[in-house]
Amino acid sequence: MDQVNPHTPSKGNDARAALRDILPVAVAAIPISLLFGAVAVGKGLSPLEVGLMSALVFAGGAQFAAIETWIHPAPILVLAFSTLLINARHVLMAASLGPKMRVTTTQKFFGFAFLTDESWALSERRALDRPITGTYWGALSGTLFLTWVSGTVLGAILGSFLGDPGRLGADFAFTALFIGLVAGFGLSRVNLVTVAVSAGVAALVYLVAGAPWHVAAGALSGIAAAYAAAGKEADA
Amino acid sequence: MSLDTTTFLAILAMAIVTYATRIAGLFIADRLVLSGRAKTAFDAIPPAVLVAVIAPTALTTGWAEALAAAITAVAATRLPLLATVAVGVASVVVLRQVL
Repeated sequence: MDQVNPHTPSKGNDARAALRDILPVAVAAIPISLLFGAVAVGKGLSPLEVGLMSALVFAGGAQFAAIETWIHPAPILVLAFSTLLINARHVLMAASLGPKMRVTTTQKFFGFAFLTDESWALSERRALDRPITGTYWGALSGTLFLTWVSGTVLGAILGSFLGDPGRLGADFAFTALFIGLVAGFGLSRVNLVTVAVSAGVAALVYLVAGAPWHVAAGALSGIAAAYAAAGKEADA
Repeated sequence: MSLDTTTFLAILAMAIVTYATRIAGLFIADRLVLSGRAKTAFDAIPPAVLVAVIAPTALTTGWAEALAAAITAVAATRLPLLATVAVGVASVVVLRQVL
């Protein structure tokens, strides 16, 4: 693994590749970030608090879940726990992507502060044929970070002026984006079984137990289904 | 621009928990050598998690969202990401009008 890659990456190429990869994600994130800011202000947060949350937490799913259930004064432990449940997936994502990155350990501890589903998914796809450089990761996650923080603050400032975001379908952008990312992992038999089981269990648990339990329940069921669907031949 | 102390502490708690989940994987990565079915299950984590996050919106909100999700899924197999998102958003807007 320590062998030098035959096609040595140049910083300019890596930055360009990152911007090309992240552009559709960043564009899709704009309406979502505006929506988040507007909803958060409606729940009583100030634009400053919205900006702080976006910059310090920088996790859309956890932020939406927190705002969805936001009350005053903020229930710190409840929010921390639902954040842990929703973001637990980061552990496995970092474990998988970490070894594929060509950066120092210190850089990993800094860079992974900006780990998101999107930058991770794009990096895993790129890592199929080349290692991930600090330039690529920095341009990728930095672009998304700036988009998210500025978009949510702008949404918070515009607040009530935006009106009902559902009218423009902006509330569905997140869902459509994730469907697109899931399709990027391929349509193998195992993937189709995983998606079907995860979706079914998550929807059921959401109806029965509510958020945020559906994430852990659906994901774990989908992973178990993949294990089962892989069959014994995979162990041979 | 107001900053409530309890709100700030809640944001800080969320931030610390999130950062912990982001770097915890770096400690187990070296010991994580997977093969066979375990590897397949590990590779299934991303689609499993992504689908679980959106399942409530896609499947439990209403017919418009469920149909739009199906249309988006078909679009995703043949269009680039941004076009897929556009198709999804456009179809949910139209379906909400119609249904």
